Amino acid sequence: MKKQSFSQRAKKDFRRNRALYLLVLPVLAFYIIFHYKPMYGAIIAFKDYSPGTGIAASPWVGLANFTRFFSGPYFARLIRNTLLLSLYSLLFGFPAPIILALLLNEVRNKKFKSVTQTITYLPHFISMIVVTGMISNFCLSNGLFNDIIVLFGGERSPLLQNPNLYRTIYVASSIWQEVGWGSIIYLSALSGVDAQLYEAASIDGAGKWKQMLNVTLPGISPTIITMLILKMGSLMSLGYEKTILLYNASTYETADIISSYTYRVGLLDQDWSYSTAIGLFNSVINCVLLVISNRLSKKLSDTSLW
Amino acid sequence: MKIKRSMGERIFGVFNYIILSLIMLLCFYPVWYVLVASFSDSGLLMQHSGLLFKSLGFNTDAYVKVFQNPMILRGYANTLFILVVGVVFDIIMTSLGAYFLSRKNVMFKKPIIILIMFTMFFSGGMIPFYLNLKDLHLTKTLWGLIIPFMISTYNMIILRTSFESLPDSLVEAAQIDGASHFKILGRIVLPLSKAIIAVMVLYYGVGIWNAWFWASAIIRDREQYPLQVILREILLQNDVGSMSAGVSVADQEAVGMTIKYATIVVATVPILCVYPFLQRYFTKGVMIGAVKE
Repeated sequence: MKKQSFSQRAKKDFRRNRALYLLVLPVLAFYIIFHYKPMYGAIIAFKDYSPGTGIAASPWVGLANFTRFFSGPYFARLIRNTLLLSLYSLLFGFPAPIILALLLNEVRNKKFKSVTQTITYLPHFISMIVVTGMISNFCLSNGLFNDIIVLFGGERSPLLQNPNLYRTIYVASSIWQEVGWGSIIYLSALSGVDAQLYEAASIDGAGKWKQMLNVTLPGISPTIITMLILKMGSLMSLGYEKTILLYNASTYETADIISSYTYRVGLLDQDWSYSTAIGLFNSVINCVLLVISNRLSKKLSDTSLW
Repeated sequence: MKIKRSMGERIFGVFNYIILSLIMLLCFYPVWYVLVASFSDSGLLMQHSGLLFKSLGFNTDAYVKVFQNPMILRGYANTLFILVVGVVFDIIMTSLGAYFLSRKNVMFKKPIIILIMFTMFFSGGMIPFYLNLKDLHLTKTLWGLIIPFMISTYNMIILRTSFESLPDSLVEAAQIDGASHFKILGRIVLPLSKAIIAVMVLYYGVGIWNAWFWASAIIRDREQYPLQVILREILLQNDVGSMSAGVSVADQEAVGMTIKYATIVVATVPILCVYPFLQRYFTKGVMIGAVKE
């Protein structure tokens, strides 16, 4: 068969799939208008943008907005807070659903298992506003958490005003909300572990503990590794929503992260170009981390985002 | 063959039930506390210290106040509008994209996939997104909470995976019969994908129900606030204002507390009531998302 030129092939393809391209047109328009146009808009990070002059006409300032951020008083604090909060979330939040799934997997009573699942999934469906609303009310001096602290002989204090407690509250409440939901994926991996392996192991005299170490964990380790690598990819991309709702001026010291700072200087102080520069810096880091973690995940376990 | 369980195993079994029961209690108790506190007498609740297992007295004043607050009902109505219209738009757009991506032998599919996937890795950021909305006159309107969020790339990929699992011969046969792609999508592909569409409806629906950030950023008129933004005012910015009118200053803190808890219940119970029945759809979505490719 004769090789066709690119334009010939394209023409033929358009004739054959015209309806299909027409169908995807709104989707493409959506991506261009709501994803790619803001990407173009991000060039204001290199400009001194003001709404009156517009994106194109605003004067270029090179890297001035970036150097202002890097040499500013908050740079080190923001990086530290973002990384620490992410690391703590990973350290405590990552094993929690695995452990829950392992425990659930040992339950023989079907009814008990399904009730436990339903109840532990429940907090996932409570909105962020309500969850943080509950936290902030429980943390008040006369709130539930203080009642419990007093029960154990402690003293009352407004917990959310204390920068030393902020990360604990943030991480613990995230675990509370997501542990059950996060266990679903491991439970499905566990159900895929060959039952014959357990029988073989127990005939060989392996107890429950040995079986878990030698059969269960190796069985779900691909899932664990994949999830871990994907989590590593989002190490610097902590969302701003929960932070904005939970922090206050007295806890900025430990609570303020890159994304919440971007929000504050951007939407609240309307320092458009500066905020965009910080956001862009964060986006680039996230992108690099994601690509690396995806490469790793693809290599190790054949799973990736794309 | 039944293997006899050793002593150690039986002890572990008992401990396992105890640990899981504790975890359940931890997950459920805060919700329970809110529920019983909301029905409590505000004065008694204020004096009480410690855990709460049943309501202190029984008082529905807080609920009366919550339902008399026009903003809560207004918020409910706004959220419902965004929810219904939004989910319809979301499903249409997402299935258009997913259908395209699930077709084979399309020359420009690859570059389009790259164009779409790239957005999962990189974004212009919050401020350019906001300025873009302003540019498009999508601020100060509820449409600004619908149109810019019509497609979640992640959901679209889940849907594509599901479409791809349908036998090719179905679509091909319909094409030979002269059916257009719109017809194939609407009459064959979507009806065969009811379960996964249900998952999509739930995912988008919960997302819209919980969303608050962009509403708080672009909506100026309080009449247009969705429920979550109203909740934020009441729960986090302590703005129970109008609801505690007619209460003496001394009692305001106490009444405010029960009002907050009642507000949480009113805003959360609808979801928590329907969720156990829909649980299997939600978990199904997690599975499909996990096994893609």
